[in-house]
Amino acid sequence: MASALKNQTQNQPLTFQEVLFRLQSYWAERGCVLQQPYDIEVGAGTMSPDTFLRVLGPEPINIAYAQPSRRPADGRYGENPNRLYKHLQLQVILKPPPSDIQDLYLQSLEAIGIDLAEHDIKFEEDNWEWPVGGAWGVGWQVMLDGLEITQFTYFQQCGGMDLDPISGEITYGLERLTAFLQDVDSIYEIVWARDPRTGREVTYGEIRLQEELQLSVYNFEAADVSKLWEHLRMYEAECQALLGSFHEAFAKKAEKEAERHEKKHEQVVHADGAVPAAEDLQQQLRRFPVLGAYELCLKCSHLFNLLDARGAISVTERVAVMARIRAMVVGVAKTYRQQSLGLTA
Amino acid sequence: MADFLFEIGLEEIPARMIAAAEDELARRVFELLTREQLLEPGQEAQSYSTPRRLAVLVGGVREAQADMEEHLTGPAWGIAFKNGQPGPAAQAFAKKAGVAVTDLKKVQTPKGEYVGASTVRKGRTAGEILLEALPKEIAGIYWPKNMYWRAGKPERFVRPVQWMVALLGDTVIPVEFAGVTAGRATFGHRILHGNEPVEIAEPADYLKALEAAKVMADVEARRQRIRKALDKATRKVEGALWREDEPLVDTVTHLTEWPAVLLGGFEHEYLELPEEVLVTVMRDHQKYFAVEDAKGRLAPYFLTVLNTEPGDDAAEIIRHGNERVLRARFNDARFFWRVDQKITLAERVDMLQAVTFHKELGSYWDKTQANREVAKRLAGLVKQQGTAVDEAALLRAVELAKTDLTTELVKEFTELQGQVGGLYARAQGKGEAVAQAIYWQYSPASMEDAIPPTVEGQLLGLADRIATITQMFGIGLEPTGSKDPYALRRAANAVVKILAEGHVKLTLGDVLGGSADEKVQAFLKERVAYYLRDVKGFQYDVVNAVLAAEIYNLDGTLCSRGHDDVCDAIERSEAVSAMRGSEDFEAIATQFKRMKNIVRQADDKGLFKFAPGSGADPNLLQEPAEQNLYRRATEIGSEFQVLRMTREYQRALEHMASLRPDVDRFFEEIMVMVDEKVVRDNRLTMLAQMLHAFFYIADFSEIVAG
Repeated sequence: MASALKNQTQNQPLTFQEVLFRLQSYWAERGCVLQQPYDIEVGAGTMSPDTFLRVLGPEPINIAYAQPSRRPADGRYGENPNRLYKHLQLQVILKPPPSDIQDLYLQSLEAIGIDLAEHDIKFEEDNWEWPVGGAWGVGWQVMLDGLEITQFTYFQQCGGMDLDPISGEITYGLERLTAFLQDVDSIYEIVWARDPRTGREVTYGEIRLQEELQLSVYNFEAADVSKLWEHLRMYEAECQALLGSFHEAFAKKAEKEAERHEKKHEQVVHADGAVPAAEDLQQQLRRFPVLGAYELCLKCSHLFNLLDARGAISVTERVAVMARIRAMVVGVAKTYRQQSLGLTA
Repeated sequence: MADFLFEIGLEEIPARMIAAAEDELARRVFELLTREQLLEPGQEAQSYSTPRRLAVLVGGVREAQADMEEHLTGPAWGIAFKNGQPGPAAQAFAKKAGVAVTDLKKVQTPKGEYVGASTVRKGRTAGEILLEALPKEIAGIYWPKNMYWRAGKPERFVRPVQWMVALLGDTVIPVEFAGVTAGRATFGHRILHGNEPVEIAEPADYLKALEAAKVMADVEARRQRIRKALDKATRKVEGALWREDEPLVDTVTHLTEWPAVLLGGFEHEYLELPEEVLVTVMRDHQKYFAVEDAKGRLAPYFLTVLNTEPGDDAAEIIRHGNERVLRARFNDARFFWRVDQKITLAERVDMLQAVTFHKELGSYWDKTQANREVAKRLAGLVKQQGTAVDEAALLRAVELAKTDLTTELVKEFTELQGQVGGLYARAQGKGEAVAQAIYWQYSPASMEDAIPPTVEGQLLGLADRIATITQMFGIGLEPTGSKDPYALRRAANAVVKILAEGHVKLTLGDVLGGSADEKVQAFLKERVAYYLRDVKGFQYDVVNAVLAAEIYNLDGTLCSRGHDDVCDAIERSEAVSAMRGSEDFEAIATQFKRMKNIVRQADDKGLFKFAPGSGADPNLLQEPAEQNLYRRATEIGSEFQVLRMTREYQRALEHMASLRPDVDRFFEEIMVMVDEKVVRDNRLTMLAQMLHAFFYIADFSEIVAG
């Protein structure tokens, strides 16, 4: 069964880590920067600043990274063979997307041993939206023999801003893809690694089952709701304070800057030399920790998901808290753009 | 004369958008050629599409427009030519018209003699016109969801354009759109043919060339191939049939360029799951066709439509993969089903407090309370009418109706809300009446859908929707224009359909209760009109007439309006429709319109005000024609009322139509608006009274005489 999927040299299907290696190599060979996973909890690879912030603005970027993605409510205590609290996505961002991006993607499947001639592959409409991030795009879910293996999205908006150029985003679900390649019915049976010397196999379950179980218990039962709320409030307050200080510092200074620009001509005439150097402002702007504010947003987003999994968010709170997080995330995206514009101006 | 072919190649177009876009492209190209007089008479546009292309082929395209002779009229002859000599005006006009002064002619017009010039405007070539106009037509195609892809965002389209083919005969028309220039190269099936371009020599070769590259561009041919392949694959299972599903056939037709069908199977044990769940997983999530045995029961097989032509080994791999996915999905569903049973529906009632219905209207727990109030009231009314209703079961169903929103199964398969609740209620021994009512609460979802089969289900469906509509209107969320975010029109359509087709004999007034909100009334009236017109197929004017009917109490107060009793409105519409062909009926309808105008104008001028319930004084009637009409109208009128009350509407209308000669005579012999007020008022009163009496069935003045 599924003999076409075997690794040709060893007649074994690729291990979980080999699938990742091959995809990473494939995209690296096509000009992608390989980034490491972002080290703060995110619900999807899209939320990593390597996607969320890098797709803003005109600078081209090709980048790929594996991203563990945490969705507390999806936890199943390790009992469901197809659901995980934390799964691994391989995220590829191509900005601007090359016109042969679909072909590049299909070739990446061949790179992990999928002979396209022996499978049924379809691109079915699936548009993506992250309202909290003011982000959406159009695209497809890629179906391989009836299995959704990839989300393919042309980003259109992010942080409530139109993107120009747009980015192409390819997100592989690595567990699903490998379970398919290895033809196993449970994610936990996936062979994660195989010792080439002894042939000894380590399964996904051995590496991750304990974490799924314990974190399901934590997310659903043990997480202290009042502390989660407190953390949320604290992170939010800090994030908002940062955003506030940015605007206080630079919104006024941007005005002054404009004024100074006009006055400069006069001052050349007067030559009294008392104007603060524009470089100082540039330096201050460059140093401003917008990225820190974004990390605080990510913390809030994850805390919200935890509270949700704990069933601790009431009707009225839910809408309101989501609006608060949206305000932060969109606020950071806009600030990030302003900062970039200020630096390039 | 030549054939014209245009194809636009795209990254996969969403299946749901293809058919309309294919039609629109064909229409736009055809209309362009027609408008530009480039088309021989009797031509038609042939259109094609696959997920990766839209195409149109038109025969009989002229190479160029015919030259056009144009006749221009200039200044008055006498001004332009003095003594036969051309003056400055003649010179200027000749220059403007592009002719020599000597070619100017004298033309006669109704205004006198003028200078004329004839010029020949050279026809433009089809190539020129297409090159210039086609990009605008392509850009004009409507897509429900568009995207930008090129830097600088120069255009929006459904997906990035990959190539274009534009051929007039064997000549390429290098049309440009979205940074792509049309040529003669198209592309075949992604996998079966690969990226090798396919050259099209001339338009007539299009289908064949693509066929050779493993693309069936003709949608109907593809659909037929899929249907035949579904039949063939199903024959492998004895006595089995694939479950007909036209929308699914349509979807898979638009998902494939080179379709094939594969039969797969699943383990018998999953048949324990409710059929609704299995079918939803197969159809909605996997786009598989379900298979049933000879008795119509679900069989453990499925059919998947591929976009490839697999050899035996590949077919085995693909089947195996699809079976694996389906098994995982069924496993999930079974897992959810089992987990859900750990908390009964009754225990879930309080959990509804955490599920938002609407941010201003509260949670589904609040919604349940609102539904209960309406349901109680409706049950009371229905009981008064003597219709059997299990009120306890109804209220139990109302209480549990929304609890399935908290279940894992509904979170996973939202389209099964209601049905899952019903299945769980049955599994948890809540009784058949309760289970059925919950199960069917969202039916009808569309006008083609059946209504709930039981009285309790109908009442739950009514209560839920009426509560939603009145609450939403209450906070100003009524639909406006094309915006109807809470699908209130659909909810109201369902209310009308249940009232029209259900067991419960309730009027809109009954279901709305004390709520006299004019906006809600008007909104529901419009839905009744929609139902009568678009679902029942009554003519527009008949529906207007029937809904404009007003029934008064003896004391002159309004008793009910034409849309209030939906069943009655249907019967009256049938009667009016049946009478439409009759000469007497149409004639009297016209006379009613005349009467209504006379009365209204008198009212407008402040000369007369009719008080419903008042009557004409027979002693004041002087002329034989009016005495005759009074007598006949009284006579017919009383028979009419009897027939109306027994709902023999057609016979009532036949009686009414028999008044025609009397009405005709009245208008021939009588002048209504005489100076003498007493006589005039009495005549007006008689007419108004007739209008009132006969308009109990319909306002016949609305009837448009055929």
